[in-house]
Amino acid sequence: MNAIINGEPRQLAPDTTVADVVRSLTRAESGVAVAVNDEVVPKTDWARTVVSPDDRVDVLTAVQGG
Amino acid sequence: MSLPPLVEPADELTIDEVQRYSRHLIIPDVGMDGQKRLKNAKVLVVGAGGLGSPTLMYLAAAGVGTLGIIDFDVVDESNLQRQVIHGQSDIGKPKAESARETIEEINPFVKVVLHKERLDSSNALEIFADYDLILDGTDNFATRYLVNDAAVLLNKPYVWGSIFRFDGQVSVFWNEYGPNYRDLYPEPPPPGMVPSCAEGGVLGVLCATIGSVMANEAIKLITGIGDPLVGRLLIYDALEMTWRTVKIRKDPNAEPITELIDYEAFCGTIPEEAQEAARGSTITAKELKEKMDRGEDFFLVDVREKNEYEIVNIPGAVLIPKGEFLTGEAFAKLPQDKQIILHCKSGGRSAEALAAVKKAGFSDAVHVGGGILSWIETVDPSLPKY
Repeated sequence: MNAIINGEPRQLAPDTTVADVVRSLTRAESGVAVAVNDEVVPKTDWARTVVSPDDRVDVLTAVQGG
Repeated sequence: MSLPPLVEPADELTIDEVQRYSRHLIIPDVGMDGQKRLKNAKVLVVGAGGLGSPTLMYLAAAGVGTLGIIDFDVVDESNLQRQVIHGQSDIGKPKAESARETIEEINPFVKVVLHKERLDSSNALEIFADYDLILDGTDNFATRYLVNDAAVLLNKPYVWGSIFRFDGQVSVFWNEYGPNYRDLYPEPPPPGMVPSCAEGGVLGVLCATIGSVMANEAIKLITGIGDPLVGRLLIYDALEMTWRTVKIRKDPNAEPITELIDYEAFCGTIPEEAQEAARGSTITAKELKEKMDRGEDFFLVDVREKNEYEIVNIPGAVLIPKGEFLTGEAFAKLPQDKQIILHCKSGGRSAEALAAVKKAGFSDAVHVGGGILSWIETVDPSLPKY
């Protein structure tokens, strides 16, 4: 299955969840937000949100500067 | 989603005010009604720094009647690359006072209220209570979570913006009508994981880009026009020159916010492991110099990034960035038969690297408290600070 992860096409195993995608990209699970098709998935839903074919998944990092 | 105006209109505008704000008054959506709402508005800006500078200046020019400024810091030369509310002659002056002087020059009709204390859990609710709207442009996660939770508890809206290098994010958090910051980022990143602007840098003009969006959203909320960024995160990339929005929903399973907490502990300024490692294994910059002068044989490692090393470095220091210690790559580069001395800019990153080095068996390793900044202050003031 193909999906777009942070703008790059990637091959994912079936039933890959948002939580799996986050784990593959960063060792920190806090301070990170995930948007699937431009909608943020609440963290409490990561583990049960399955990525569908052609989904656009964006992992955003909190920044603190001001 | 359009929202009702946040502020009731003032009774009237004076003749001088009508002249001053004429370019607003002839916009049908703003008009006399909108300008009177701005006049009646009380807006608190947290941090008179990179984002606080443009937001304060434009909100003052726009005719926001009362501007509160909370900042305990003083103006430093390294602020002037982006904090345009301060100038050369303000160096050393409290930022809140310097900002007030600029605002008075821009628009004498604005009442400025200064809060020169550090915002914390003991004073946030009391300070926020006097304002209609809060703008958060602080530079650390602890204050950001504090601002969020206080705004939620008081049911006040706040405009949030954050910046790093070439990237900016903006949103409006208003628990009554949409999500709050914790629905987006329930917890901060692990301490040390995401660098601050002081560690990672920021393109100065990014402050204007993001700050002007924040001021824009503040004006919309006050006057009740347009579609504010409630429930949306605006993401800006200055290199690609793209703006994107993503929707944010309230997380129905989120822990409710019921009180203010200890935000320093929540965000953990320096990882506990690093604090532990640094205890009893910290030397001063002067002690490092004495070791050099005695001709002691040690291996000095600079754990900053390459571009920081190029700005200024301690003679004899070998550059191995902190990241290599966290991945373990660094250890092969360290001699086994010499004492390892680590330093960074101000002591935070070297403490983290020290924890990793000790874990890898270099038990007599130490780090330099206060980093190269302390070296410059106490050993070689001829070097440039950054």
